[in-house]
Amino acid sequence: MEKTDRLLLSGNEAIALAASRLGVALGTGYPGTPSTEILENFSRLGGRAQWAPNEKVALEVGLGAAFAGARALVTMKHVGVNVAADPLFTAAYTGVTGALVLVSADDPGMASSQNEQDNRRYAVAAGIPMLEPSDSQEAYDYTALAVEMSERWRTVVMLRVTTRVCHSKTTVRPGPVSAPAAPSFYRDVKSRVMVPGYARRAHVRLRDRLDDIEAWNNAEGPNRTDWGPVEFGIIASGISYVHAREAMPTANVLKLGLTYPLPMETIREFVAKFKRTIVLEEGDPVLAEAIRAAGIRVESKPPMYRFGELTVARIRRILDGDTSPEAAPPPGKPPQLCQGCPHRTVFQTLHDLDCIVAGDIGCYTLGVLPPFEAMDTCVCMGASIGVGLGLRHTLPEAEARRVVSVIGDSTFVHSGITGLVEMAYNPPVSGHVVLILDNGTTAMTGLQEHPGTGRRLDHGAGRRLVLEDVARAAGADFVTVTDPTADLEAFKTLVAERLAAGVLSVIVCRRPCLLAARQIRQFSQETEGTAGHE
Amino acid sequence: MSENVTNVVIAGLGGQGVLKASDILADAAFACGYDVKKSEIHGMSQRGGSVTSDVRFGPQVLSPMVPDGSADFLVVLAEEETESARRHLRPGGVLIGPQSLGASSLPNRRSLNVALLGVLSVRLDLAVTAWHDAIRANLAEKLHETNLEAFAAGRRAARAK
Ligand SMILES: Cc1ncc(C[n+]2csc(CCOP(=O)(O)OP(=O)(O)O)c2C)c(N)n1
Ligand code: SF4
Repeated sequence: MEKTDRLLLSGNEAIALAASRLGVALGTGYPGTPSTEILENFSRLGGRAQWAPNEKVALEVGLGAAFAGARALVTMKHVGVNVAADPLFTAAYTGVTGALVLVSADDPGMASSQNEQDNRRYAVAAGIPMLEPSDSQEAYDYTALAVEMSERWRTVVMLRVTTRVCHSKTTVRPGPVSAPAAPSFYRDVKSRVMVPGYARRAHVRLRDRLDDIEAWNNAEGPNRTDWGPVEFGIIASGISYVHAREAMPTANVLKLGLTYPLPMETIREFVAKFKRTIVLEEGDPVLAEAIRAAGIRVESKPPMYRFGELTVARIRRILDGDTSPEAAPPPGKPPQLCQGCPHRTVFQTLHDLDCIVAGDIGCYTLGVLPPFEAMDTCVCMGASIGVGLGLRHTLPEAEARRVVSVIGDSTFVHSGITGLVEMAYNPPVSGHVVLILDNGTTAMTGLQEHPGTGRRLDHGAGRRLVLEDVARAAGADFVTVTDPTADLEAFKTLVAERLAAGVLSVIVCRRPCLLAARQIRQFSQETEGTAGHE
Repeated sequence: MSENVTNVVIAGLGGQGVLKASDILADAAFACGYDVKKSEIHGMSQRGGSVTSDVRFGPQVLSPMVPDGSADFLVVLAEEETESARRHLRPGGVLIGPQSLGASSLPNRRSLNVALLGVLSVRLDLAVTAWHDAIRANLAEKLHETNLEAFAAGRRAARAK
């Protein structure tokens, strides 16, 4: 693949290729559509890639690597940045010694997500520079630029991509990239120990650095103008740029690559040339608001185009000022739990027992659909346990006793463990029942490993986190491991008994995902005997 | 520019090989020197839901998505998806589906995606060797023979019409 100078790559493959050539010492993250394939490809290219239990841990590991002077890449989907936000905001203060690139993969239109938050706001809020590629070539180029900027300005850099950039394949001609320095430790307490006295100065440094980067962005940032014959200006970044070019080839387009801090002087000069300039951006009006706040007159899309992805057709409508209702695309066939999926038995049981189900995120969220209709809440990863406890604490007793929390194995490791600690520490009077659906994989995002599978990102052996041991250690009264598909009636009886008992109960429902079963068998055979531990 | 761009939409259900088919088409066009963009939504497609994938090629392609109503070719792997996918097709565009194979029987139903690429290939100006290479590059070796046969069957069926 490396020999030809012209490749057809997805944005995710392009980021991985750049990372590999840049000598990124460590790639870490947590799976999440549309970001997952970055680390998988980086690993295939020989990079050191690992799944962390969640995004916060991943970012912290990446930060440590960057303190050591290495180049680190941390990947996650947009909502993952919520989980990693705590270290992120203060890493913006500490800065780095090597390079730390955070890939935030946003999902406008929610092809596979629970919300369509616009993470460009995070770059602004944390005060870190942000690059927005519009195709795979730029995904490659900007990964290299992000590393360069991170090293030059000693800052975390955000590479903000979206579903269409991650998953579309486009032409890439991989250019040469810089070589990494060798990691080594030096003490820099004033930069890295964020007690108030040092943090106050770090905050001032952060703002100075952003001013400096803005000046660079105006002078030689990754922005360009496509001149056209028409007296009309368009400002765009990311995927919106290619849609805009296609929708109106005659317009003048200022294409922005480094969208925080914005090259405000460049924008001012561009806008001054035309009677009218419009900002075309997917999601929130982040650029339009910032440009207007700087006193520059630009138009923005009508509010209805804040929802969903932009397309060439929608951009034409925006340019025509068309705010008439849009025809909804015909609903395709919705996904459903595979025939023979072990989650099916569980949701049939919860349906039959008329449970109130605090649900969570994964394949099993499909338990909300007919014929099961056995999920009452689903908010974010890990929320099933906390939400279930809140319901238990406050509902009338008869209803409280019907509440069950349902959480997948990968989700449990990601953010369910603290929920169990809470359950034991502040137990509801009616007790509680938590079902951990252990299908031996992270099925939702395409069968990734996690600590509970006992295998690492490349499917090689690792130390296995034993979920039932964790549940016991957290303080659950009863912990049972069972295959829910082995005996339907017995499983139903077990759940009914636990609901009636008024105790703190965890049931680990262990049965491999149908799609993963074969690969799990194969990987366990391959790793048999090589694992030094359980 | 769009006059010079060929737009293909492939539609079907998760598990039918929609993405495989679009990968093969994209690779074949790419090998013939075109600028290519290919786009689809991954995600829950494994769970049997509707999947579509867009492939565009020409001297220069901008947006990776085929605008509604501008597909020159719509390849549908599941008959029941035809109605909802039809909106992709431009007036006068060509619909290719299982029915396009006519009476010719497939050695293996799982190769339907590649057989329909065979039908499509007769209408596109891409070298047959590029198609063959793309099929080999995208499928495990043990599947090469059945799929090359399916591809040939698709081409025969299209020519017979
Ligand atoms: C913070 C955050 N990170 C990642 C995701 C993407 N994601 C959704 S569910 C899930 C894990 C699903 O695995 P598991 O809990 O084992 O359930 P399964 O799909 O296997 O049934 C992931 C990674 C997310 N929604 N939120
Ligand atoms: S992929 Fe696995 S977990 Fe998901 S629905 Fe299918 S069998 Fe169930």
